[in-house]
Amino acid sequence: MADPKTYGLDTLSLHAGQVPDSQYGARAAPIYLTTSFVFKDSDQAAALFNMERAGHVYSRISNPTNAVLEERIAALEGGVGAIATASGQAALHLAIATLMGAGSHIVASRALYGGSHNLLEYTLPRFGIETSFVNPRDLDGIRAAIRPNTRLIFGETLGNPGLDVLDVPRVADIAHTHGLPLLVDATFTTPCLMQPLELGADLLFHSATKFLGGHGVAIGGLLVDGGTFDWEKSGKFPTLTEPYAGFHGMDFTEESTVAAFLLRARREGLRDFGACMSPLTAFQLLQGIETLPLRMARHIENTRKIVAHLAAHAAVESISYPELPDHPDHELAQRLLPKGCGAVFSFVLKGGRPAGKRFIENLRVFSHLANVGDAKSLVIHPASTTHFRMSGEALAAAGIHEGTVRLSIGLEDADDLIEDLNRGLHAAAKV
Amino acid sequence: MELRVNGYSSYAYTGGKSLKPALDANLPAVIFIHGAELDHSCWGLQSRWFAHHGFATLAVDLPGHGRSAGAPLVSIEAMAGWVIALLDAAGIARAALVGHSMGSLTALEAAAGFPERVSRIALLGNATPMPVSKSLLDAARDDTSRAEAMINVWSHSPHGHIGGNTAPGMWMYGASRRLMARAERGLLLNDLSACNNYAQGLERAAQVRCPALLLSGSHDQMTSLKAARNLAKALPDARLQVLAGAGHAMMAEQPDAVLDALRAFMVETQTA
Repeated sequence: MADPKTYGLDTLSLHAGQVPDSQYGARAAPIYLTTSFVFKDSDQAAALFNMERAGHVYSRISNPTNAVLEERIAALEGGVGAIATASGQAALHLAIATLMGAGSHIVASRALYGGSHNLLEYTLPRFGIETSFVNPRDLDGIRAAIRPNTRLIFGETLGNPGLDVLDVPRVADIAHTHGLPLLVDATFTTPCLMQPLELGADLLFHSATKFLGGHGVAIGGLLVDGGTFDWEKSGKFPTLTEPYAGFHGMDFTEESTVAAFLLRARREGLRDFGACMSPLTAFQLLQGIETLPLRMARHIENTRKIVAHLAAHAAVESISYPELPDHPDHELAQRLLPKGCGAVFSFVLKGGRPAGKRFIENLRVFSHLANVGDAKSLVIHPASTTHFRMSGEALAAAGIHEGTVRLSIGLEDADDLIEDLNRGLHAAAKV
Repeated sequence: MELRVNGYSSYAYTGGKSLKPALDANLPAVIFIHGAELDHSCWGLQSRWFAHHGFATLAVDLPGHGRSAGAPLVSIEAMAGWVIALLDAAGIARAALVGHSMGSLTALEAAAGFPERVSRIALLGNATPMPVSKSLLDAARDDTSRAEAMINVWSHSPHGHIGGNTAPGMWMYGASRRLMARAERGLLLNDLSACNNYAQGLERAAQVRCPALLLSGSHDQMTSLKAARNLAKALPDARLQVLAGAGHAMMAEQPDAVLDALRAFMVETQTA
């Protein structure tokens, strides 16, 4: 007998979490732009507050439009559920604040998005949470950085800025051996290129602002629980395994064997920190996710053409992309990312800082701005923008050259993008 | 809460109530019994409602499941005996039993064998007998993950495969899959074999003396509505209620409808 089949990624991207509404049969997910929901009667109100019945009370805690988005990303990632947040940063903060408090410690990859690095390096220490940053390729270094008060291992599936590929299965093994969960930022890979929960990660989050939305019109985050981590067995997470006075003495792992983390994150984190997503944003992100598999395929197709073009161009000093044989994680990428290594990468122009500036100024199709993962192609030259105050030596210490240019490849005609890049490269070569 | 049953530490969820009210001898007691390879958490919403509305409520983890120690019990008769031993350990003289799938066979057997201890039974997703296909038994023996995937697909209605969960942000398909994956390997084969081998259910049904509710999903692919109808005929005092659109995993797919049906049955027969 053939095994029964479940829906594939393309189908789930369009449908998961949403059935036509019962009142009007709307095919698209309605935007429930309301702060609160009328109770049917006092009994129902009490039952909702006491978690005897499921439903919505107040949109900071949950909302029907947000719930569709949450369920959809959970389905795509193979998780047990998800929580939509105001931004990717809010999702990272919610994960950390749910798991630990003052006196705790995190082991994080040093190849992180700048915003995540800021939170861990500068802001969380003020709240008593310290982070050790490690080379994500150095597994012994990860092991050595774990302390008795460590509560989380954290990395990006594709690191910033060198596209370090996180060896999710092996890092997860290290984390689990020490009774710790592995959280990954899966923004650059999306569920189309990697399924981190299937590879061993326990929690993941997205800056949905990027590829999931794709349109660049909405800021949002999504935190997904794989439901795999045994908080009780670990014994290191009293926020999940001991009665919580802030919610009628609830013991979250007793309440839900596989979704204790989400339960606390919603019942405490969204309630008290309040970094919720607007239902309008949830709707906009849903529109993006509907075409995510199609877009990611095109992102990768265009990226591969452009990487090949730049790698052979005389004005380019070097290029870093894990599908190239000289990338340090080439072999790992072939194993973990066979469908592609994302659409964001950096290359180094010959001619340093002036060449970079000239290159940018001569582009017409690429948009010069500080974002990635848009349907439109984007470019930034760190040495003349985000890192303009830094000397050449300081840049080198951060892994950035004066001629480094970061591209986020969009969905335009590849020929048009290559022509645009050639225009910039030609101008840069004259510096 | 932890109880000592047959020499082993056994866990029962009290619906968010502290120990004392949960075991108040003056309250009517209700025991929730989960299905194959699952645990108490499949009754989350329903058990919380009963615990907070005048019932001493225990949602158990059967031996070898969830938080309960001891070897998994190999027959429905043994599971029924264990439930009665749990009542003894908890000091409960008489209780209503609510069971799902394998748990519903357990409730049926307990009601037939211990009529003085069981006040009423609610049987969700029941088929009596409950034959398990050879392909599923083979998969449970040789490749548990594959067997779990088969069960997960068959346990959800067409609607359930898309989602639209009433619990905000929860993907019930993934939650069910992860819960099953936590179990010790071999547990699923044990439980499915117990269901498959329980052959005398219809004869035992005739011996039941208490009221019975049969709650079935119209789209249940695991336990057929036809089998539930046969059981309803065999029980002296039974009502069959069909949840339109629901699959076998009805507590997750239609939590409010399940609660309303249980509530009506319990409260009505309580006052009758």
